[in-house]
Amino acid sequence: MTFGSVDASYTRRTLTRSARALASLKVDGPLLVGLALIAVFGLIVMYSASGRDIGAVLKSATRLGIGAVAMLALARVKPGFLRRAAPVIYIVGIVLLVVVDVVGYIGKGAQRWLDLGFVRFQPSEIMKLAVPMMCAWYLHERPLPPAAPHLVATAVLIFIPVALTAAQPDLGTGMLIAVAGVLVILLAGLQLRVILALVGIAALGAWFGWGFLHDYQQKRVLMFLDPQGDPLGAGYHIIQSQIAIGSGGVFGKGWMNGSQAQLEFLPERSTDFIFAVIGEEFGLVGLALLLLLYLFVVGRAIFLALQTQETFARLLAGSIAITFFVYVFINAGMVSGLLPVVGVPLPLVSYGGTSMVTLLAGFGILMSLYSHRKLIQS
Amino acid sequence: MIARVRIKDHWKEQRLFERRCLVAGGFIAVLSILLLARLVTLQVLRHDYYMDLSQGNRVRIEPLPAPRGLILDRNGTVVAENRPAYQLELVREEVPDLDSTLRRLTDIGLLSADDIDDTRKLVKSHRSFDSVPIRLRLDDDQIATFAVHRFEFPGVDIRTRLARFYPYGELAVHALGYVGAISEQDLGRIDRAAYAGTTLIGKLGVESTYEKDLHGQNGSREILVNAQGRSVQRQGALVPNLRTVAPVAGQDLLLSLDLGVQKVAEEALGARRGAVVALDPGNGDVLAFVSRPGFDPNMFGRGITRAEYQALLDDIDKPLFDRALRGTYPSGSTIKPAIALAGLVYGVVNPADHRFCAGVYRLPGSSRMFREGRSGRHGSVDLVDSIARSCDVYFYDLANRLGVDRIAAFLAPFGFGSVTGIDIGGEKPGLLPSREWKRKAFARAQDQVWFPGETVNFGIGQGYFLVTPLQLAHYTSILANHGTSYRPRLVNAVRDPVTGTVRRLAPVKGATIEATPEDWNIVTQGMIGALRGRGTAAATAGRNMTYTIAGKTGTAQVFSVGQNEKYVEKDVAERLRDHSWFIAFAPAEAPRIAVAVLVENGGFGSTGAAPIARKVMDAWLVKGGA
Repeated sequence: MTFGSVDASYTRRTLTRSARALASLKVDGPLLVGLALIAVFGLIVMYSASGRDIGAVLKSATRLGIGAVAMLALARVKPGFLRRAAPVIYIVGIVLLVVVDVVGYIGKGAQRWLDLGFVRFQPSEIMKLAVPMMCAWYLHERPLPPAAPHLVATAVLIFIPVALTAAQPDLGTGMLIAVAGVLVILLAGLQLRVILALVGIAALGAWFGWGFLHDYQQKRVLMFLDPQGDPLGAGYHIIQSQIAIGSGGVFGKGWMNGSQAQLEFLPERSTDFIFAVIGEEFGLVGLALLLLLYLFVVGRAIFLALQTQETFARLLAGSIAITFFVYVFINAGMVSGLLPVVGVPLPLVSYGGTSMVTLLAGFGILMSLYSHRKLIQS
Repeated sequence: MIARVRIKDHWKEQRLFERRCLVAGGFIAVLSILLLARLVTLQVLRHDYYMDLSQGNRVRIEPLPAPRGLILDRNGTVVAENRPAYQLELVREEVPDLDSTLRRLTDIGLLSADDIDDTRKLVKSHRSFDSVPIRLRLDDDQIATFAVHRFEFPGVDIRTRLARFYPYGELAVHALGYVGAISEQDLGRIDRAAYAGTTLIGKLGVESTYEKDLHGQNGSREILVNAQGRSVQRQGALVPNLRTVAPVAGQDLLLSLDLGVQKVAEEALGARRGAVVALDPGNGDVLAFVSRPGFDPNMFGRGITRAEYQALLDDIDKPLFDRALRGTYPSGSTIKPAIALAGLVYGVVNPADHRFCAGVYRLPGSSRMFREGRSGRHGSVDLVDSIARSCDVYFYDLANRLGVDRIAAFLAPFGFGSVTGIDIGGEKPGLLPSREWKRKAFARAQDQVWFPGETVNFGIGQGYFLVTPLQLAHYTSILANHGTSYRPRLVNAVRDPVTGTVRRLAPVKGATIEATPEDWNIVTQGMIGALRGRGTAAATAGRNMTYTIAGKTGTAQVFSVGQNEKYVEKDVAERLRDHSWFIAFAPAEAPRIAVAVLVENGGFGSTGAAPIARKVMDAWLVKGGA
C-alpha cells in the first residue's frame, strides 16, 4: 500500500464521477476541454492584444460565459424540439433581418445591429445557426441525395437570409451563413456533377456580381491581389499583419512584446487580426498549437456528428463542425495573406460580437444531437 | 408516366454521410497543410525580411540639432546666442487637411492671414515627415492659446528649440547678419540630411559666411514610435536598445569687432543715414562696421511676418541695405592723398612747389571751368597744404598732369574697383574708371571716348569713380600702413565650444603700394594738416586732440551743380544734399585705427562725418580698447 496507489484510485474515482456529471449534463467532455483551452488561450492573448486592458479581457470572458451557459442549456434540449423549432427560428430570424435592413435604409448607413434597449444583437448571427437548422429540417424527411426540386427549395432557403445580410451590407457574415447552409446540402450527398455545375454557375455569378459590390468591398478584393499597391490605404491591413506574423518567427517575440501589435501598427489587433498577434508574440509554435486545438475540436465534432442517427442531427451536426473549421481557415487565411480581408473573426479568440455566443450555442446543439441519440447497442 | 417514389434508405444515407465526412476531413487536412505552409513561409523562410520591416516600423530616427555656435566680440561679449524658444511645428503627413489647418490657425491668431501662402509653400517644400516650423518664438499667451485648441490640430505641436537671440538688437546687424527660417532657395544649396532638425540658417553677414562653422553637426536619436508616429517610452515589457549619435556643437566665432567702438559709432551716426568702418591697419581687423539705419535681427529669428518684412522693404531709408558693404558713392576729396602720392611716385609734382589757387581751374586749351568746391580761393598752396585745405584747383592740375591711365593704374592696388575680400558676402566693387572701362561701358562711339575734363574731375573724386565706405576704410588703412594692405576681416578666431581651443586666423596680406618713406611722409603730413590750423577738419574733428590724427574730408555730389552756379546747401532738398565723407587714421606716427565715415546727404565732410570719426577714434584710442 503506497500513496501512489491511493492517489491512482482516487483519481479514477474522481474522473468517473465527473464523467457521469458531464453525461447527465449531456455535455461532451473532450469537446468541452478543447473549447475551454482555446478560450483560455484566447483570453491570455486578448490581454496583450488589447494593450493590457483587463476590461476587454473581462468582457470577452463574460461573453464566453454567456456562450457557455447557452451551450449547456442547448445541450439539454431534446433534438426533436430543436427540429420542430427550426422553421420558427428561421422565420423569426428572417423578419428580424428585414427589420434591420429597413431601419438601416431609413438611417442611411450600414445597419447590422438590432437595439432592444437592454441588449444589442445581430440577427444575422442567429441565421448562422438557423439556416443549417432549416436546411437540415427541410431535408430530414426527404430521401437523400436530394432531388432537384428539393435542392432548389433548399437553395432558396439559403439565399433569402444571405441576400438580406449582404444587403446590410455585411458580406462576410452573409458568406458564412451561405457556407453553413451549403455544407448541409453537400453533406446530404449532392452528386459530384451537380457540385461542379453549381461551382461553374457561382463563378459566373461572381463575375456578374462584381458590379454590385460596394467600392470598399471591391477594394478589399483588389488589395488582396496586390497589397503593395496601396500600402497606406486598403493594403495596410494585409501588409502589417504579414509583417507581424513573419517577424514573430518560430518562437515569437514573447507575450506583450510584439512591436507590431503593441505599437498599434497592426490594425484591429484585438478583433479580426488577433491571429497576427498570436503569430508575432508566440511564433509558429503558438499558431501551430492553436491550429491543433482547433483541429482537435473540429475532429471531435465530426466524430460526434458521425455518431448521430437521424438525418436532421447528422446534417446539422456535420455542418456546425465543418463551419467551425471554415471560420478558422478564413480568418487565418485572410490574416496571413492567403485570402482577401473579409472581416471574419477568429472563433472564440477575437474580441467582441455575438459570434462567441453563437459558436458555443452551435456546439451546445451539437452536444445535444450527440448525447440524446438512442443507444441501440447495450 | 409513373413517378418513381423514392424511399428513405437510412443505412445508405448513413454510408453517404460518412463518405461525405471523410471527404470533408480530407479537405480540412489539405487546407490545414496549406495554412501551415503559409505560416512556415512567413515565419521561417521570410522571417528576416519581416523582422527588418517590423524594426523599420517601430524605430524612427529623430534628428538632434546641434547648438549653433556663439558669436562674441573681441572682448568676449556675446553678441549672438541661443535661447530656448517655443515654436509651432507641423508634420505634413500627420495633418489631415493642410489648408484647413492653416486657416484655423489663423482663426485663433497663431498665423497671420498674409503668411498662409508662404507657410504652405514652406511646408510643401519639406519632406512630408519633416517637422516644419511654421511659427517661431511663441509667447506665453500664444502657447496657452494653442494648448487649449491642441486637440483640433493633429500633426501640429509646440516644440522647444534653441532659437537665435541677439542681445544687442540692431547693433552691428549688418556685420553679424541674422538667421532666419530655411527657405526654398536655402534648401537648394544645403545638404538636407545634414540640416534635418535645424530650423534656422544664416542669411547675411558672418552668420551666413561662417554658416558651416556655426552650424556644427546634427546628431540623431532612435526613438520608438507607435503607428501614429508618437514617441513611446517602451513597448510591452521590453525596453529596446536604441542608438543615439550626439550632435557636435557649432564653433564659436570671435569677432574682431569691438562692441564699445561699434556702439559709439552707431550712436554718433544716430538717426542719420550713413556708414562707419573702422579697421586695425596692422592686420585688417574690422573694429567697427556700421550701416545705418539698421533693423532688429531678432525679427527674423522669431519669424518675420510678411507685413513686417514689407515695412522694412518699403522704408525710404532702406534699413536692410548695407551701405558700408554695398553702398557706392563718389569718393569726393578723400581720394586726394592717393592722387598726391601718385604725383610723387610718378614724379610729376615737386612737393615744395607752390601753386596759386584763384578758385577756378581752366583746362589748358579749353574754355571749360572747374570750380573750387567751397572755400573760394586758397591762394598759394604746396602739396601738403593742398591736402590739408583740400584745394581742388591744385588737384585738377595734378590729375591733368598725371593722366587717367596713371591714376587708374595707381589706385587699383588700393582696392578700388574690386572687392576688398572682407569675410561677408555681397560686397560691391565700386567703380574705378579708365579709358578701357569707358570703351566697354558705353554703347555709342561718342560716349566711349575719355575726355580730359573727366580726368580733372577724377582728381577730386567726382565723376564716374565710385567707392564703398568699406573700400575707403581699407584704402585709409593702406595709407596708414605706408603701402601694406590686409584683407579686412570680421572674424579673427574660431573657438571650439567644448575644448575651448581657439584657432586664430592669420591676417591675409594684400597688394603692396611702393613709395618712398618721404613720399608717404608728405602725404601723411598733408592729412595731419587737415586737422590743424587752417585744415578742413581742424575746427571739428581736430579739436582738443590728445593724439595725432591724419585725416581727409570729402564731399560727394549727389546733385550736379551747373557751370556757373554755386552750391548753396540750405537751398537743396535734404536728400539731394551732398554726401559727407571723412577718412582718418591715428595715431599718425604709429596708426592703430583707420576709419572711414559716410553720412548720406550730410553736407560737407568736415561738419557731417569728421566728428563721428573723431568719436570712434577716441573710443578706441583713449577710452581703452586693446
